[in-house]
Amino acid sequence: MLLGLTLSRRLLSRRHCLLQCRSIKTENTARSAVLDSVLSAFRSICGEDGVSLGEAVREQHGKDESVHRCCPPDVVLFPRCVEEVSSLAKICSRHRLPIIPFGTGTGLEGGVSAVEGGVCFSLRNMDQVLDLHQDDFDVTVEPGVTRKALNAYLRDTGLWFPVDPGADASLCGMAATSASGTNAVRYGTMRENVLNLEVVLADGSVVHTAGKGRRPRKTAAGYNLTNLFVGSEGTLGIITKTTLRLYGIPEATVSAVCSFPSVQAAVDSTVQILQSGVPIARIEFLDDVMIDACNRFSSLSYAVTPSLFLEFHGSEGSLQEQVNTAEDITESNGGSGFQWARDAETRERLWRARHDAWYASLALRPGCKAYSTDVCVPLSRLPQILVETKEDLIENRLTGPIVGHVGDGNFHCLMVVDPGDPEELHRVNLFVERLARRALAMDGTCTGEHGVGLGKRALLCEEMGPVAVQVMQRLKDAFDPRNLMNPGKILLPRES
Amino acid sequence: MSGRVLVGVKRVIDYAVKIRVKPDNTGVVTDGVKHSMNPFCEIAVEEAVKLKEKKFIKEVVAVSCGPQQAQETIRTALAMGADRGIHVEVTGKDYEAMGPLQVSKIMAALAKKEDAQLIILGKQAIDDDCNQTGQMTAALLDWPQGTFASEVSLEGDKVKVVREIDGGLETIRINTPAVLTADLRLNTPRYATLPNIMKAKKKKIAKVNPADLGLDMTSRLEVVRVDEPPQRLAGVKVETVEDLVSKLREQGTL
Repeated sequence: MLLGLTLSRRLLSRRHCLLQCRSIKTENTARSAVLDSVLSAFRSICGEDGVSLGEAVREQHGKDESVHRCCPPDVVLFPRCVEEVSSLAKICSRHRLPIIPFGTGTGLEGGVSAVEGGVCFSLRNMDQVLDLHQDDFDVTVEPGVTRKALNAYLRDTGLWFPVDPGADASLCGMAATSASGTNAVRYGTMRENVLNLEVVLADGSVVHTAGKGRRPRKTAAGYNLTNLFVGSEGTLGIITKTTLRLYGIPEATVSAVCSFPSVQAAVDSTVQILQSGVPIARIEFLDDVMIDACNRFSSLSYAVTPSLFLEFHGSEGSLQEQVNTAEDITESNGGSGFQWARDAETRERLWRARHDAWYASLALRPGCKAYSTDVCVPLSRLPQILVETKEDLIENRLTGPIVGHVGDGNFHCLMVVDPGDPEELHRVNLFVERLARRALAMDGTCTGEHGVGLGKRALLCEEMGPVAVQVMQRLKDAFDPRNLMNPGKILLPRES
Repeated sequence: MSGRVLVGVKRVIDYAVKIRVKPDNTGVVTDGVKHSMNPFCEIAVEEAVKLKEKKFIKEVVAVSCGPQQAQETIRTALAMGADRGIHVEVTGKDYEAMGPLQVSKIMAALAKKEDAQLIILGKQAIDDDCNQTGQMTAALLDWPQGTFASEVSLEGDKVKVVREIDGGLETIRINTPAVLTADLRLNTPRYATLPNIMKAKKKKIAKVNPADLGLDMTSRLEVVRVDEPPQRLAGVKVETVEDLVSKLREQGTL
């Protein structure tokens, strides 16, 4: 049984939950009194416009794109610079108010839910791209800069930031959740691409994790503070700047699609393509249920069997070689219908199925909501876990088309579920738990990309084991002894 | 036919920047603000390069008018595939007062000097939204014009242009030499990749003055004042429909 919020409770009447959260605020008279006394202090730091008590604003800042219920904070602040963030944090610390950093609200694990109320730091006004160094392939950005905004800024320089989690997320938010994406197989995740962070701790101190302004491509200096904060989901500090590693925009791109007789054949092809040294940029797996959904949604006519969607980046010459190698491999594994395209329009058409996957899944059962699982296992275990998972779905009459970043061994079951059917919600809940445990049993993780947030705290304990969790708790206590930084996330409350 | 195409590229404040008016209301803040190539000029460059890749034309020459920084914009055009650049140096008060009339005189003079077969411009610049330079250039040269082009095809010594107009699409066939202006849906401009940016550093940019071309840059326009759009006021909530109607009457809307 998952401790914390279960899927069924999450999807139950949103209004009921909203009322619950509202009454938390009014009942907590002690908290209300504290808030009233600090509001003027907040206003003196970030201005009248920088403090909002509006219901709509608080609701907007209490939810993300997950199925977790909205838990609005008591107040939303809009600081304009790191000095303001630091002063505001000091006030919150002095009055023991929880602090919840907010980027774009595009997370998938309830990371911005203010489960204990508190103060939301909305960082969207800090939206400058600072310090671009073209020759060094690095740039520093503030939390209000999203990945699409950065790439638009960089478009004349020949450089780009390739980590692409789908949503147009805040880059500092992506650092906070250790985001990944479809081209991690070639360009890595946030862990590999953050060179330095500026972080404000709960007591207001400002730390530069690799030293102020430093951006060497590699370092052996001291403890790796940068990667400690990457993935900390706002529980250790507020990220106010991130220095990112940039890459050259690919000279040319080729997209390809191929159908396979079985999941095993598709995964075998993936492994062999990687082993052959092809620097494949994206390799996405869609199962037959997903292909069927996409055919219906986008009026396509792909063969309804497991399929791979591939993308290659490189110079004109190298692309031809990459595509030929990949085609030979897929053929030798029983692949058929290998199509590829070079020009933007045809590539767009070939990849439509993959781009529309989320909406195609929702369209399978109009009126339902979708929840994405996120397990990740070593590549060699992928066929087994996919086969067992699909059997589980069929046996339990669940709708869960699968899309996977097979190059990383990571896949998502898009569980399409009727939020008004508690029995189905319960079945989905149990399925998700079984899936997570299946992945853990195969040396994997319960979350490859989305983070722990609210819903995976118990699974984290199973995955890490009590000793590692203890170490994490000690780190948390060292940074944030009063547990003010985004309480209720990543770590379960201590047994008292 | 010379097979040479002139493409005008303008350096403007980047489209993503929040524009601020100077405190003295004489213009907008440009110091320290990110600038880039006007998006419609990017589309014009892309079309010219595509024509060259399909071997309809032989050479693409990128032209920009302005101070030293205009060369950055030309370099971007070169990285996209233009062959060489011409920087027409205009600085100080002349640059501040430079508008479509001055630029069209420059383009006309260069077109004659370079024996251009086509001039392709963006339909308008995103800073002044004038949408005049292409039309004025054609008039000065007495050349036909295909403006708001969403499709261009060269057919021998004629050009077929599909134009986006209010009523839909209009297809015209005009003689060359001609002036074309690019609309949004003409193409999707390519990104400048690092290897191409490096190659572009070796391509030539010639520098000329309007005086060398025998041109007078005097403007007949004077900017009196620049203001921000009025701030949006907070809305007013009313309790009943009667209240709403009476409030609308009060402010003269009803």
